[in-house]
Amino acid sequence: MIVVMMGNMTTIINFLIEPLQYEFMQRGMIAAVLVGIVCAVVGTFVVLRGMAFFGDALAHTILPGIALGYLVSGGARNELFWWALGTAIVASLGIGAISKNSQIKEDTAIGIIFAGMFALGIALISTVRSYAVDLSHFLFGDVLSVSMQSLWLILLFGGIVLFVIFAFYKEFTTLSFDPILAATLRLPVDLLNNLLLVLIAVTVAVSLQTVGVALMVAMLVTPAATAYLLTNRLPRMMFLAAIFASLSGIIGLYLSFYLSIASGAAIVLTATLFFVLAFTFKRLKGL
Amino acid sequence: MSRYGIDLMYPHTHHETNQPILDVAGLAVRYNGMNALESITFHLHEGERIAVVGPNGAGKSTLFKVVAGVLQPSSGEVKIYGSRPNKHVCIGYIPQRAQVDWKFPVSVADAVMMGRSAKLGPFNWPHKKDWEFVHHALETVEMSDLATRQIGQLSGGQQQRMFIARALAQEAELMLMDEPLTGLDMPAQEGILNLLDRLKEEKVTVMVATHDLEQAASHFDRIMLLNHRIVAFGVPQSVMQTNNLMKAYGGRLRSTDDGSMLAVDDRCDDGEHDHNH
Repeated sequence: MIVVMMGNMTTIINFLIEPLQYEFMQRGMIAAVLVGIVCAVVGTFVVLRGMAFFGDALAHTILPGIALGYLVSGGARNELFWWALGTAIVASLGIGAISKNSQIKEDTAIGIIFAGMFALGIALISTVRSYAVDLSHFLFGDVLSVSMQSLWLILLFGGIVLFVIFAFYKEFTTLSFDPILAATLRLPVDLLNNLLLVLIAVTVAVSLQTVGVALMVAMLVTPAATAYLLTNRLPRMMFLAAIFASLSGIIGLYLSFYLSIASGAAIVLTATLFFVLAFTFKRLKGL
Repeated sequence: MSRYGIDLMYPHTHHETNQPILDVAGLAVRYNGMNALESITFHLHEGERIAVVGPNGAGKSTLFKVVAGVLQPSSGEVKIYGSRPNKHVCIGYIPQRAQVDWKFPVSVADAVMMGRSAKLGPFNWPHKKDWEFVHHALETVEMSDLATRQIGQLSGGQQQRMFIARALAQEAELMLMDEPLTGLDMPAQEGILNLLDRLKEEKVTVMVATHDLEQAASHFDRIMLLNHRIVAFGVPQSVMQTNNLMKAYGGRLRSTDDGSMLAVDDRCDDGEHDHNH
């Protein structure tokens, strides 16, 4: 009996350890966890402020920037981060300005721009012969090809995002709950709103290799929404969201390894499964 | 002080020597060519309780937002203790309850602490002193036992009192309350009105937008009858005259059984009703 259990244990341990023998898996795991934490914390505000569509649009809008970088650098992956970062920041502030001063309805304006920019990105990439493979990496992520240099960039910029959220935690919270209160308290409302947009933009750039532009919104909203179902305190929501996102990254990569499915899709599917479980759990508890 | 004919509107002469907490002169707000407010001139003194009464769309919320310094007027001036409102943090704006997301994941104490965000400044986290402010504010509104509740679990009256506690934690000296009594049942309304008495003791100046003319007459020092312009402003008995009310409301007035006047709104429902426990 004990021997059988020991045997099972060894199997499980082997099962868990085997993928980690590969360096690309180690780097991928670390990247997925880091990106998960950053997305979860920023995503908390995205969920509470109802900015899911903005996040999705922003991620798609940066594709022409990445495409341009890809054409200019002749396919060098490491430089794409900077192109993504620059485009994301410009796009986030641009979309923010449009939402404020739009003649037509805000979501319509965002929809027009994001689809147009996305199409431009696809058009640019399609001028290169190997475009199908590269495009799919930009769209759905390719976390297993994360280089050591990319990992450092994720750590650095992810760390900056978390630090800024921590430093302005109460300002962001007050602004998200009651913008008029924030204004009467003479908080720099416009500055804080733009700062949050920039933070979302940096998060998008940091997450690019992990989930790609098409699945980005899932990392921003799914873990945070899962946490939202389970707690009614903001710090706990951030913490739980980070846990769910990290677990999704790790479990997703094991799934990707053993079932040979695309890594970004596996991570997002795991995060979605967590959401469904939390939703069901809450429903059952409510009955 | 006869500049704007204020002495006619303001009979309490013993305040003359004080600096007015709020001084509004020739204020106008235009939206898309329409006048939301025009030629608004009045001033308030410390500790006054003002009811702002008028039909829907009369500009009550707009007036409050301009006074709070959240909205810029098209012309005219607002002065709080002699200077523009946009630097003051002593103005508490108490929103209509439907304006915030009650599922926001914070406790009552957290929400009240938000009132102290400005006093704390960036990078700072609440100190012991700030929590004392919060707890004292919750005591004043009699909600100490609800401090750890999720805000979504509060009744309508408690939500309103939580906002007042938040303004107290902000150390607001002028509180602007946008229809705090709307949708509340009688006991909850009484609770808010009693709280207004307590605020007067603490020298807080209060402007309350309300629909209830009778409550305005019985619980407030002065009434401002508003319909884009100030129709009348003064002590209740001088304002609550049929010709004034007709001017503000047109035909939308009817008298109640006890002889008092009630403004009839053209909107079907005032929103959600109170679910007091």
